[in-house]
Amino acid sequence: MMKKVYTRTAGIEADMVSGFCPGCMHGLIFKLIGEVLEEMNLLEETISVQGVGCCGLAMEYVTYDNTTAPHGRACAVATGIKRTNPDKLVYTYQGDGDLASIGLAESMSAANRGENISVIFVNNGIYGMTGGQMAPTTLVGMKATTAPEGRNPAMHGYPMHMCEIMNQLTAPVYLERTSCNTPANTRRTKAAIKKAFQNQIDQKGFSMVEIVTSCPTNWGLNPMESLEFLNEKMLKEFPLGVIRDRS
Amino acid sequence: MAKKFMKGCEAIAEAAVRSGCRFFAGYPITPQNEIPEYFARRMPEVGGSFVQGESEIASINMVYGAAQTGVRSMTSSSSCGISLKSEGVSFCASARIPIVYCNVARGGPGIGAIQPAQQDYMQATKASGNGGFRMIVLAPATVQEAVDMTYEAFDLAQRDRNPVLILADGVLGTIMEPVELPPMRSDEELRKLREETKDWALRGHKAGEKKLILPGGWQGQEDRCKANAAMYDTWEKDIQVEEFLTEDARVVIAAYGVSARVAKSAIRLLRKEGYQVGMIRPKTVSPFPYQSFDKLDYGRVKAILDVEMSIPAQLVYDVELGVKGRCKVHTCLRSGGEIMGREYIVNAVKEIYNV
Ligand SMILES: Cc1ncc(C[n+]2csc(CCOP(=O)(O)OP(=O)(O)O)c2C)c(N)n1
Ligand code: SF4
Ligand SMILES: [Mg+2]
Repeated sequence: MMKKVYTRTAGIEADMVSGFCPGCMHGLIFKLIGEVLEEMNLLEETISVQGVGCCGLAMEYVTYDNTTAPHGRACAVATGIKRTNPDKLVYTYQGDGDLASIGLAESMSAANRGENISVIFVNNGIYGMTGGQMAPTTLVGMKATTAPEGRNPAMHGYPMHMCEIMNQLTAPVYLERTSCNTPANTRRTKAAIKKAFQNQIDQKGFSMVEIVTSCPTNWGLNPMESLEFLNEKMLKEFPLGVIRDRS
Repeated sequence: MAKKFMKGCEAIAEAAVRSGCRFFAGYPITPQNEIPEYFARRMPEVGGSFVQGESEIASINMVYGAAQTGVRSMTSSSSCGISLKSEGVSFCASARIPIVYCNVARGGPGIGAIQPAQQDYMQATKASGNGGFRMIVLAPATVQEAVDMTYEAFDLAQRDRNPVLILADGVLGTIMEPVELPPMRSDEELRKLREETKDWALRGHKAGEKKLILPGGWQGQEDRCKANAAMYDTWEKDIQVEEFLTEDARVVIAAYGVSARVAKSAIRLLRKEGYQVGMIRPKTVSPFPYQSFDKLDYGRVKAILDVEMSIPAQLVYDVELGVKGRCKVHTCLRSGGEIMGREYIVNAVKEIYNV
């Protein structure tokens, strides 16, 4: 008799493929979110707000209610949804260009209001969707199509650390930076997502999980090399850990 | 019913609440601050939510979010702030989300002037964002009309699942007039109205019944555009227009909003002096009452005078489309914070009357 020990989460359509590039972690993160929602029995109570970026590929394949914000405005859209539906679980999913560049005002202001939402912030250090332009999180020296010589602090400044920046605010309850570079860290990420959702259920206010990931396609590396770059370079700039937990 | 003496902005906000608006987000800008301020006081009384957004962009997006769950939602701003909302409005039009917003227009372009103006006509009626969508745009000329139109706007928005714009101006926003307020919709009525959105609104669903709000997509965009266009084509019935003393008119004034109000008083004066002058006043500037201009007897009508608080003229292009070259269209324009004066219009009519 065979025993079923693993199955696809009910948070993702059974008959769809994700469309993400090989080695991309977006698909993995949506899987984790689906698993958490399923375990918390929240799939039917969730309204998710997609940022604009590669995450848009997930629009069709999650099984719960879903909308797309204009680029950068996810936290504002989520604010409108949550204020009128305080009993629903509302989360945003945003890339680094979306959350930390064009949407900086919306992200910071929602955090500052202590808006009772959960933000999943996927930091791959680059604009994936549009083909590898420099992001606010691009590492110093890292090449991008709009910084062909690499990010130069004299011209471009330094990578932005959103967890630490938000940590200057009084209202947010929970800020953690995780990664999906190892099975252990992937489990840690899942636990962080769960905590962010639980905080919302408990009316505690604004939580953000920053997940440091890779973009093999636009980093110009294969999946294995990307993982090395993530381990050796990205995680040096963006150290993992709980930045704030007042939950 | 007893009339109440109310300021335009506050009357608009109260009419919205009575029509069922339960979410408002906005950002300060003169001359519309009394709208968000009123909502800030009023929303807690009716169980609604008010948020002062960090910008006009954030505010329209909060409204875009709230309205996706079937809650009647509104934002307001003035001119340059309205420009910032255009991406969000375009998303609403694309994803077919019913929202109401109000432009208490001021001078432009740029930061312009805080005084009343009608410099946003083209933006309001033709391109309130990218992508070639259309909206019903209501242009009140009195506080009472602003109230009635705001009340109706939420029903139109919900009927079409499309944004509706109230195109007001700084005069209307700041004057006080006696108004009769429409009835307050009960919580039970609002619950029913929200129930009507259940086929599309987000509120958490079982797998297989998931609701997806799509402001675009790689597939099917042409079909979505065609469906939108078909809906716009049904708006002939929604045209509202006032034809004032046009039956015997030799000169017909074309004006909307506050300019039309001043023009009416000019016409009364001119009539006393024997001038046969009338006016066509679009109350919906989109859809536009071309028919009212089309059906004029151009054997009698010698000239049209386009009166607006915009330099250069903007309304005039729609007027020309209705007149189709059958008589000359003159303009009488003021702007930059200068309110249209009655004498100004009287003189302009006299100048063209016998030519
Ligand atoms: C207003 C606006 N500006 C620009 C774009 C184009 N655009 C789409 S995705 C994107 C960047 C996404 O990068 P990021 O948020 O880091 O997400 P990733 O794809 O890397 O996951 C940009 C600039 C847009 N859709 N809308
Ligand atoms: S471009 Fe980068 S972020 Fe986008 S799907 Fe491919 S690997 Fe992932
Ligand atoms: Mg990115």
